[in-house]
Amino acid sequence: MNAPLLATGTTSTTGAMPEIRYNFAYLDEQTKRMIRRAILKAIAIPGYQVPFAAREMPMPYGWGTGGVQVTAAVLGPDDVLKVIDQGADDTTNAVAIRGFFEKTARVATTTVTTQATVIQTRHRIPETALSENQILVYQVPIPEPLRFLEPRETETRQLHALAEYGLMHVKLYEDIARHGHIATTYAYPVEVAGRYVMDPSPIPKFDNPKMDDCPALQLFGAGREKRIYAIPPHTRVRSLDFEDHPFKVQRFAKPCALCAATGVYLDEVILDDRGGRMFVCSDTDYCNTRQAQGHVGELGVPGGGFPQNAVMPGRNSGIHDVPPSHPVQDVDPRVKPGDDGISGGTPPAGMTREGTI
Amino acid sequence: MYVAAKGGEKAIRHAHALLAKRRRGKTNLPSITLQQIAGQLTLAVDRVMAEGSLYDTELAALAVKQARGDLIEAIFLIRAFRTTLPRFGATIPLDTAQMLVRRRVSATYKDLPGGQLLGPTFDYTHRLLDTSLGVERECSEVDDQASAADASRLPSEPVAMPRVTDLLGQEGLIEASPEDTGEEPFDITRAPVSFPVDRSTRLQTLARGDEGYLLALGYSTQRGYARSHPFVGEIRFGDVEVMFEAPELGFAVSLGRVQVTECQMVNQFKGSAEVPPQFTRGYGLVFGQCERKAMSMALVERALRWKELGEEPGAPAQDEEFVLSHCDNVQATGFVEHLKLPHYVDFQAELDLVRRMRAEHEAQMKEAAE
Repeated sequence: MNAPLLATGTTSTTGAMPEIRYNFAYLDEQTKRMIRRAILKAIAIPGYQVPFAAREMPMPYGWGTGGVQVTAAVLGPDDVLKVIDQGADDTTNAVAIRGFFEKTARVATTTVTTQATVIQTRHRIPETALSENQILVYQVPIPEPLRFLEPRETETRQLHALAEYGLMHVKLYEDIARHGHIATTYAYPVEVAGRYVMDPSPIPKFDNPKMDDCPALQLFGAGREKRIYAIPPHTRVRSLDFEDHPFKVQRFAKPCALCAATGVYLDEVILDDRGGRMFVCSDTDYCNTRQAQGHVGELGVPGGGFPQNAVMPGRNSGIHDVPPSHPVQDVDPRVKPGDDGISGGTPPAGMTREGTI
Repeated sequence: MYVAAKGGEKAIRHAHALLAKRRRGKTNLPSITLQQIAGQLTLAVDRVMAEGSLYDTELAALAVKQARGDLIEAIFLIRAFRTTLPRFGATIPLDTAQMLVRRRVSATYKDLPGGQLLGPTFDYTHRLLDTSLGVERECSEVDDQASAADASRLPSEPVAMPRVTDLLGQEGLIEASPEDTGEEPFDITRAPVSFPVDRSTRLQTLARGDEGYLLALGYSTQRGYARSHPFVGEIRFGDVEVMFEAPELGFAVSLGRVQVTECQMVNQFKGSAEVPPQFTRGYGLVFGQCERKAMSMALVERALRWKELGEEPGAPAQDEEFVLSHCDNVQATGFVEHLKLPHYVDFQAELDLVRRMRAEHEAQMKEAAE
């Protein structure tokens, strides 16, 4: 059952058309073997972009075709699949991709991070630490970290071959010269296993430290650009920085409004047209789990969920004691709790100082 | 409100149900049949087959119907189906000299062996809306007459019709067509492309490239961006036999006929130290009747050959990586439209940065004022 079966009566146009059936997880076995070979090569050369003959998938390019192909190639009938987009299981594209594998591979799916064996993600790494029994599959739009500095593939491949990353360092330096800090907040470049500079996909730089020494296998698929790359388990992943400007991640001033979690990445939710806003976990599974455990945030209700008839906090409700212009500060992930990793002045009132990554 | 972000699954289901309803249109009118689409919207079906890289009129008609007439969406549907098909091998190169020609024009010779055959073309029509087509029973007698005339004039077997470029080639006035090495050509659907590309990769990529994109690039070469002085040596459209040599048989068998449009552009070339002045070729070949696409492809193909012909680079149409990396409309539409997907995690990060930078800016201004 390698190819779709189209009992071709296609010359006659009478009657119903023959049914089309697809292989397990859509792709034919030859294609999966080709992708697995690319994955193995990618694991053998951490951070190196392996060209592969990406197929056309039944979802649009740029919507996760690379991740879907990688997932299809590694998925077995016993796997438990979780799909997230922006950290959430219920965003429309995550729902569509999960539905695709439910339909074509009939695998079990879950929203619980710890239960999943394969997690396909767009733009986030789960807050819950991953284990060695898990594979994290990233959807990648532009795999080339140097692309916006040098548009030509012929040039960038050469730069990687020579480990010539001066362009990137100059870019980061220029950021510092102009703004006083590095102005890259997501898709922040990393160096993998001391060799290749790699694009971590557009995850917030907040998630970068989670890639380092991660026990799970991390696979990156870029369908349109036809590239696969990987970070094997327990590989050193270093975010690029300078000695006098060490890499820092964002830290939120307030805990999650629903589950009171700190040290996690939050989504800002606009509540009204008067400046009312709340910050909630971007990782919905993490937030739900905490709420089920009894953690209650400022706007949460015991047992979880959002209070349906709660009064939406306005600008002057006293909820936002942090000026909206200072909801987040960069912190050095290597700085121990208590140390002030915040550069430049006193943090605004209400800014938390503990809970570094 | 926060809860509005929830319920993606249900929303998707409902949106798709609504889409199906909109596609069907008013139910008091009969549903359009695939035969009607394949028979009356032939050029739409041809384009879907060409850029979908799959020759199957019925599936292409189905795709047009399912896509509500959105041809790029239809092409996408065909591509997603095509990708799952097994590949048996490469056919013997089509012999377009043995075409059952339905249309053939040359702009370089007034008359030539085989003659000029206008065939079904919009050329020389007055672009006036024909309201008689708006009535349900349009002039069926006229149609019947026309099709009878069509059938009687067309030979059932191809008559050999030499290509204009072959006639020029006899005198050595045009560069020779590259020899068929007998090797399997590179397959862009089965292997990743790396630059610089060979001829087969270039032609395949252009052949499934977006018609509008190639039209604009081809047009640009006529307006001074990589000028190549083109003449339409010949455009021919018709049926050609597809021959396949199965290894277990040891001889070639016919798999059937496909309709293709071929365009041979004849371009000037000054010559170089090694090569005497002669004409050069730009080549276009497309499934179905897609003349605009075949001509555009030939112009762009020629422009991309600047290096081997020792010409000056610099125009967009000459830039191989640029032209070939962006001509696939399924890729392009996917990536452009992915911007509608949620990006709030990244946007949050940017929001924070902008707020912080604004605060710093404000503090600086204040400091400067004091």
